[in-house]
Amino acid sequence: MRIRVDPEKCQGHARCIGVAPELFEVDDYGLSSVTIDPVPEALEGKARLAVANCPEYAVEVVEDVGGSG
Amino acid sequence: MTTEQVDDWASDFDVLDPSYVENPFPIWADLRQRCPIAHTERRAPTWMPTRYEDVTAMAHDVEHFSSQRVAVIPLQVNEGNEAAGQVGEDGPSLEYGLPPISADPPLHTWTRRLLLPWFSHRKVAEYTPFTRELCQRLLDGFDGADEVDAAVDYAQQIPVRVIAHILGVPLEMADTFTGWVREVLEFADDIERREHGILSIVEFLSSEMQRRREDPGEDLLSVLLQSEVDGAPLDDAVVLGMAVLLLIAGIDTTWSAIGSSIWHLATHPEDRDRLVREPELMTLAVEELLRAYSPVTMARMVTQDLEYKGCPMRLEDKLLMNFPAANRDPEFFEDPDTVHLDRENNRHVAFGSGIHRCAGSNLARMELRVALEEWLARYAKFGLVEGATVKWAGGQVRGPRVLRVRLG
Repeated sequence: MRIRVDPEKCQGHARCIGVAPELFEVDDYGLSSVTIDPVPEALEGKARLAVANCPEYAVEVVEDVGGSG
Repeated sequence: MTTEQVDDWASDFDVLDPSYVENPFPIWADLRQRCPIAHTERRAPTWMPTRYEDVTAMAHDVEHFSSQRVAVIPLQVNEGNEAAGQVGEDGPSLEYGLPPISADPPLHTWTRRLLLPWFSHRKVAEYTPFTRELCQRLLDGFDGADEVDAAVDYAQQIPVRVIAHILGVPLEMADTFTGWVREVLEFADDIERREHGILSIVEFLSSEMQRRREDPGEDLLSVLLQSEVDGAPLDDAVVLGMAVLLLIAGIDTTWSAIGSSIWHLATHPEDRDRLVREPELMTLAVEELLRAYSPVTMARMVTQDLEYKGCPMRLEDKLLMNFPAANRDPEFFEDPDTVHLDRENNRHVAFGSGIHRCAGSNLARMELRVALEEWLARYAKFGLVEGATVKWAGGQVRGPRVLRVRLG
């Protein structure tokens, strides 16, 4: 599974790092980015949670091969 | 001004109506079905979207829906005077409003950029120990008491001290700040009270700015005064506007979120017990409480005559951005009127959406979390005092103002 943050959509809500701190970092201005690519299998649930909590639809699944969902 | 009773919420709504303040949820449910963008001519021609889809679409359309002049804080001090908010004839002015909240790009963009690092995810972690100790100290003060007012004695005491700490202004003035901010935000129909509140804040912060110009520290206000944009120092009115915003924006709002959350746990013992039993739920629970009890309804101004989904909007009409109603939209959230502490699909917009996302959202979230953690660590079996009336404030910032709870 691979995810990304669309920098054009991200508004710095920091919801992704809140639910999945293992997968994201946020800069001083709020812009999030993914720190682990591809997402380790054990963290796929958290990655999906980050997607489902982003109010801006900025966190996207770009590849989901044989994932659990 | 007394509020005339509302007969039709679709065409004549009033967010200061006592029934709306007390219980807006059925009103939103009715409007979403019958007339999702309500209208009123009370005070000013105003539209109010109640569906998630419309609220978020309008928040993103900054070209047609401007933030100028109509932020959450009414700034019509000295109405008609160009330098709104001017204190005395040569006094400090708020001619730029309260940027970035009351600004559009480009003023919005660079003022926001100056503030964001102070409220970043990383920076907020540095304010956490201060907040935790503050909560613990407040709870220590309850030793021996059977009941307290969780709104006045706890929730209200927290955000004001945290922001005073960040701004570098005296913590002893916390109660005075709270009084001013309530005058500005909670008494929209009492012009004298509102003016008194805003002018007191302006006067106080102007003198604090003067003091820092002579003796700068490392606090936010000092740093803003020393900041340069494109090689030039900031205009005093911009710094003052930003400082006023910081003092106002984080106090009533966060206190409301803390109070509503404590109210929820006091009235839903099954959720209270679950959170004590499963503290690892706290991250999702905090977001769910923010969704269900979003305190803040923001505002915008229509920038040209236009039609939005059949609504004929005119230049300078107001919009009430009902983020709290959006967060209970059944089209978007399953079982929206029930709090599910472990809700996983939760794209709530309690902190707004788009370029005006609340700049203090990391701070507010941290304060809410720490306030609940510390409270629950001390009082796992609290509840409402039987027979006591809970008093809510409403309009654009909703939360309990009197909340008697028994501690055991």
